[in-house]
Amino acid sequence: MEAGLLGLEAAADSELINTIFRAAHSIKGGSATFGFAEVAGFTHGVETLLDDMRNGRRPVTAETIQILLQACDCLREMITATEAGDSFDQDRIATLNGDISLILDQPAPGQSAPEQSPVSAATAVVAAPEASSWRISFEPVTDLLRLRNEPTRMFAELAALGVITVRADLSRLPALDAMDPEACYLSWDIELLGHVARAQLTEIFDWVDPGCRLEFTPIGDVMAAAGVLAADAGAAHAGAAHAGAAHAGAAASTRAAASRQTAAPRAASPPRRSAPPASAAHRSSGESASIRVATEKLDSIINLVGELLITQSMLAAFADGLDTSKLDMLRQGLSQLARNTRELQESVMQIRMLPISFAFNRFPRLVHDLSRKLGKSVDIKLIGEGTELDKNVLEKISDPLVHLVRNSLDHGLETPEQRAANGKSPNGTIELAAFHEGGSIIIEVKDDGAGLNRPRILQKARERGLITSDQELTDEQVDNLIFMAGFSTAAQISDLSGRGVGLDIVRQNINDLGGHVQIFSRTGQGSTVRIRLPLTLAILDGQLVRVGKEIYIISLLAIVETIQVSRDRLSSVLGGSEVFRLRDEYLPVVKLCELFDIEPDSRDIEDGLLVVVEADNRRVCVLVDDLLAQQQVVIKSLESNFKPVLGVAGATILGDGAVALIIDARDLIRAAEQRQRNIHAVRAA
Amino acid sequence: MSTSTPSNDDSSATGTGQQYLTFMLAGEEYGVDILRVQEIKGWDKVTRIPHTAKFILGVINLRGSVVPIIDLRCRFGLGNGDFGPTTVVIVVRAVNKDGERTVGLVVDAVSEVYNIDMATTKPPPDVFANADTVFIKALATVAGKMLILLDVDRLIGNSILDEASAGEAAA
Repeated sequence: MEAGLLGLEAAADSELINTIFRAAHSIKGGSATFGFAEVAGFTHGVETLLDDMRNGRRPVTAETIQILLQACDCLREMITATEAGDSFDQDRIATLNGDISLILDQPAPGQSAPEQSPVSAATAVVAAPEASSWRISFEPVTDLLRLRNEPTRMFAELAALGVITVRADLSRLPALDAMDPEACYLSWDIELLGHVARAQLTEIFDWVDPGCRLEFTPIGDVMAAAGVLAADAGAAHAGAAHAGAAHAGAAASTRAAASRQTAAPRAASPPRRSAPPASAAHRSSGESASIRVATEKLDSIINLVGELLITQSMLAAFADGLDTSKLDMLRQGLSQLARNTRELQESVMQIRMLPISFAFNRFPRLVHDLSRKLGKSVDIKLIGEGTELDKNVLEKISDPLVHLVRNSLDHGLETPEQRAANGKSPNGTIELAAFHEGGSIIIEVKDDGAGLNRPRILQKARERGLITSDQELTDEQVDNLIFMAGFSTAAQISDLSGRGVGLDIVRQNINDLGGHVQIFSRTGQGSTVRIRLPLTLAILDGQLVRVGKEIYIISLLAIVETIQVSRDRLSSVLGGSEVFRLRDEYLPVVKLCELFDIEPDSRDIEDGLLVVVEADNRRVCVLVDDLLAQQQVVIKSLESNFKPVLGVAGATILGDGAVALIIDARDLIRAAEQRQRNIHAVRAA
Repeated sequence: MSTSTPSNDDSSATGTGQQYLTFMLAGEEYGVDILRVQEIKGWDKVTRIPHTAKFILGVINLRGSVVPIIDLRCRFGLGNGDFGPTTVVIVVRAVNKDGERTVGLVVDAVSEVYNIDMATTKPPPDVFANADTVFIKALATVAGKMLILLDVDRLIGNSILDEASAGEAAA
């Protein structure tokens, strides 16, 4: 139904309306059958509205779609609440019901054409006397409640000043199991109708933490959908566009709002918080037409397959040292075994794989809502929704993606006017694409907006001391500065972005998954954020390296290239640490033998090989004695029986049954930096 | 050894005995609660882990899980013994607040299984009361011999979480 409504926005198609209508109708029928009178009653209103639209008695407007979308959300909550046996948010339902009946009360413009102009006129007039009404958006810090602030009390004070409508934004709510009961995940949109001075408002919110985002906007041109509706209704009643209409409009809006006033603060109050996360969980399970398998069971199967792989490589090693006439048959059998194990592995891994549409599906709605809020006109394109990736990865990539899309919407895309001025189509486009490349999955968030403003980024970075003023950076390096902590170029902190805590967290999350993120930007043509992720977290494509008698594994994803050491490109900085010149870059050299205290083959650095490793957008050369095979390794935890070890991401078991440690590239780079600092410190002392 | 007979008598007499697996370490006999012992396996080569204390020899592959190996001689400061044919790894399970760990202990040789009535054991003398001896649960006497009974949970928790990092800092 939601998808249909969003489609409806793009093109009013009678077939589409029919589809939505049918969906609504079956919800109504179904709920009536099972005795969910509330659901059925609510759906009835929606259905009536849709029916009007279907018969062409009522035009499809942005407002009605908005209302229907809200109704759709509400229905979903009602259904999940019913499933869980909870009571649901009566107040919100009443509100929406009110909205819908308001639309229904409003004579369809098709029938009484002259009434259309009064409506818009009334809207304009109503706006003026209500200048002292406010729209407050309040997004508290998560520990609001722990700081002894009680939002409901603030709302009560607000209610004393005028007629208020509170809408709670549940979007930040985490899943139930991840939820901290003492944290406040809600944010509120409050409309206050009345004659209120700004000082009165600030007084009420005086006690909240400065970390909270709080915005007061006088209600004027940014009429909320509800306000418009109320005014519309008012106009319909008055039927004339004069000063009188303004009063009538105000009265009507007050009346309309009055029904919500008492209810709304309660609707937003904390006790309601328990239901939505549960519903979120229900929703995700309900949407996929697949069986539920306990993750533990899957993990044990994956482990078994890992064992099988190990057995196979053990046998392969055995076969190499065997030279009888049976050798050929043994080889044949082994290749069979190899194929079987690979197939088994693939099919088992498949159980964990989900199409990325699970993450992508929420974006049309998100973009729709946000673009409306920002006054931008945006189309969203989804490409490669069928691309599959590991469920763990999928779950962890959702939030960073939301962040990137919001960022594109807020910073990347220009307003329709700006776009027109630059000779672009007024409609911006955001494209989400996913595809496989090698052993990894690439997700791209592309917009055709203004691109990154490099001079501004540089200026900001210098202001914040992220880079020194004399540092020369390539365009690419400049672009990637936006992923540094504390960075934001947004002139104003808006409710969408601008605090500079976003993109570094995005990068952090992606790095935690073993992936990396890059941004490409062309001024005036838009930017593309490219995320590269491993397909799964359980198996890793590894490069075996040898140092002395020990074997370590470096993730192939982290390796940029491998080069032979030539002494003329090697120089030492400050006598202590060595750097290697790779094309136009000087990269620090990390000697694995020193770091891990191993006796290498030879002390001569030229006998070794340098593996260029990248993590967190930084590179180092790792000195090893030799490169061995590349192979897929099953990641085993070192922590389960031991403890985390610096520089080691995990362990795996090689073909000969021995354990090999997997090197953590990020730790390695950090260790290199640490050592650099130590050398400097020693020198300084 | 002939001491197994009296131990059997012990258990039939009291019925409250706890079974302990004992092993030799530089001529001293130590015991661990047999219910904590998962298996005993021969000594095999390990994979060294960087940045760890000297008594953590490394990790081995125990049917798919990665298990750390502690050299108990080295842990108790009994000098480095040669790994001979009787050298074995006792794989034990230790429980602490983070969950259960499986760890291998390298000992000179396994010796016996005794039934020990905990009521007859003595606490370790106070003179030993320092950080290194918290994992000594009690001293028991069996057939005129003294056994040092170890608290596996404390030994492992102490060795891996605290001591190991301390050893790393020292190194």
